[in-house]
Amino acid sequence: MKAIISLGAWLFNWLEAVGRAGIFLVQSVCRLPVRFGESVNLLVKQLYSVGVLSLVIILVSGAFIGMVLSLQGYSILAKFGSEEAVGQLLALSLLRELSPVVTALLFAGRAGSSLTAEIGLMKATEQLSSYEMMGVDPLRRVIAPRFIAGVICLPLLSLIFSASGILGGQLVSVGWLGVYDGAFWSSMQQSVHFDTDIMNGVIKAVCFAVVVTWIAVYQGYECVPTSEGIGKATTRTVVLSSLAILALDFVLTAAMFGDF
Amino acid sequence: MRSKRAELLVGCFIVLGVAALVYLAVQVSGLAFSSKKDTYQVVARFDDIAGLTSRAKVSISGVTVGSVESITFDKDLYMALVTMNIHSDVNNIPTDSSIAVLTSGLLGEKYLGISIGADDEMLKNGSEIYDTQSALVLETLISQFLFKAGDSEK
Amino acid sequence: MVDAYIRVNDLSFFRGDRAIYENVSLTIPKGKITAVMGPSGTGKTTLLRLIAAQLVPNAGTIFVDGKNVHALSRSELYKVRKKMGMLFQSGALFTDMSVAENVAFPMEEHTKLSAKEIAAIVSDKLHSVGLRGAAKMMPAELSGGMARRVALARAIALDPELVMYDEPFTGQDPISKGVLVKLIRQLNDSANITSVLVSHDVKESLSIADHVCILAGGRVIAEGSAEEIRASADPQVRQFLNGEPDGPVPFHYPEDNDVDDIGDNDGPISVASKSNKDGAVQ
Repeated sequence: MKAIISLGAWLFNWLEAVGRAGIFLVQSVCRLPVRFGESVNLLVKQLYSVGVLSLVIILVSGAFIGMVLSLQGYSILAKFGSEEAVGQLLALSLLRELSPVVTALLFAGRAGSSLTAEIGLMKATEQLSSYEMMGVDPLRRVIAPRFIAGVICLPLLSLIFSASGILGGQLVSVGWLGVYDGAFWSSMQQSVHFDTDIMNGVIKAVCFAVVVTWIAVYQGYECVPTSEGIGKATTRTVVLSSLAILALDFVLTAAMFGDF
Repeated sequence: MRSKRAELLVGCFIVLGVAALVYLAVQVSGLAFSSKKDTYQVVARFDDIAGLTSRAKVSISGVTVGSVESITFDKDLYMALVTMNIHSDVNNIPTDSSIAVLTSGLLGEKYLGISIGADDEMLKNGSEIYDTQSALVLETLISQFLFKAGDSEK
Repeated sequence: MVDAYIRVNDLSFFRGDRAIYENVSLTIPKGKITAVMGPSGTGKTTLLRLIAAQLVPNAGTIFVDGKNVHALSRSELYKVRKKMGMLFQSGALFTDMSVAENVAFPMEEHTKLSAKEIAAIVSDKLHSVGLRGAAKMMPAELSGGMARRVALARAIALDPELVMYDEPFTGQDPISKGVLVKLIRQLNDSANITSVLVSHDVKESLSIADHVCILAGGRVIAEGSAEEIRASADPQVRQFLNGEPDGPVPFHYPEDNDVDDIGDNDGPISVASKSNKDGAVQ
């Protein structure tokens, strides 16, 4: 009996938290910065810290994942005598799965955690209160530009990840393993469809972007404003985002590619 | 000064992202942005297309001359109705040419191959190729082989 | 009493089961410096947040300049807040902006002044706190005392009618304290601002306050001019002023408290967002 009650209470709290986070999301998106010039400035600042600063890690990990995929794929495909198909394997696995998922995971670790910590620290140092006292909505001024920047950056980063991965894979399979260059590209071009593969990957990345950035800014905004609380919130951001990305990826994949 | 640099880098970042998209579209998916070639439509009915998909290529002597537009099921004849687009400059395919579902390599993609006939009349938009050859299905092949082997023993 | 700028009527505020205030009434006279004093943990900062309507009381009303701040709509509340300046305990400077940008921020948000006019006002306000030379520095490069003076310049940027100081003297060296005391006095006299000063620094507070309220145990235990307070015979007031460890104000935190409450994030450091949870009119 006690277990049922505590389960109910837990569910109730959980629903309440989800509801609060949902209202928070709607409020911060609906209250976009009013003045155009100012909002562009704020957005550029956030695009810089969220996107540009994540670029190196995305380029490097994309290239390495492409290289590893080529190596592994080649060793198996060579048994069937169809080494050229490594291009197809590389492109499809990168575009459909790896680049949105790995980019989102890296993004959660790199940009999400720093968003949470930054907003949490602003809360702890009373900067958010200070905005409120000046009659400036912190959701509009602090949260909205960060959220929008995240949603813009992640799909772009995911595309860059794919391109970098394919180039890295080409380097290994064509340059090192000796796969014929023309066959590499033609097997890729025959199997990759722009609208089903590339666009679905982008759609996935947009979904991940919304979820990861939402979790990050919400955890920052709602954290306990002490050094311990900020640390916990940052950890929660990374853990929750990673779980959400992987679960959401399954759902999206089932919806997009489930019928073939 | 600091913000100018940030703006510049953000600009580079966005351009890089868009460039990646274009690169993937053109180089990886083979999407042609150049104006679509003029084509005419030809249909063919097959008993079995076994894994042919839309966008598969149509070739003559191994050269791609078009692509499959759509594959539907013809309810009246119980056959697969394949609609394909052939490039307009390849306008001299005789009407009695035959078309077959082929496979590139052992495990590769299915595609359509046209073997040229001898008629004086050429295919036009909306024509149908009547002489079709279905895909080779492994199970059918094996059963035929066994059947024939049994026959010859008698 | 002279006309009141802020009138607090029968205010009650609870955190969990613990009463921070019970039926507190006090008035803050217009154009004067009012010091609200009391031992740590009596909710002095909470009082400022209640006045700014970042928190909502469980009972009672607060009138600021004749308006019940908790009955205002969101946009009306923001209008009232434009007339308030608040100096936070930590300064709360925006760390991503320079000193000048920090001071300029409220004007950029709420006025239609040109960049040139704003720059002139910024330099004027920074001059009044003696930091015009630090305009281009970032908050991280400032000392604690300087940060607080910049925050003060920012708080008065819109020429507010009410400035609230949250523990302005805590953690300041004697010179900084002296500078701040002088600044607060000057500001109040030159611009006819109503000032509310929350502090537990007895000496500094009494030296500048026109009007003093002492809070303890959720009640007002003394109210009057600085002289009246100094002359008070009330044992609680005497204990507080003289800093005696033993007396009517208990040294120990009450033990019958709900244990869950201690670690609760509704602690005294809670900020704006919490007021959402508490059902504030945001």
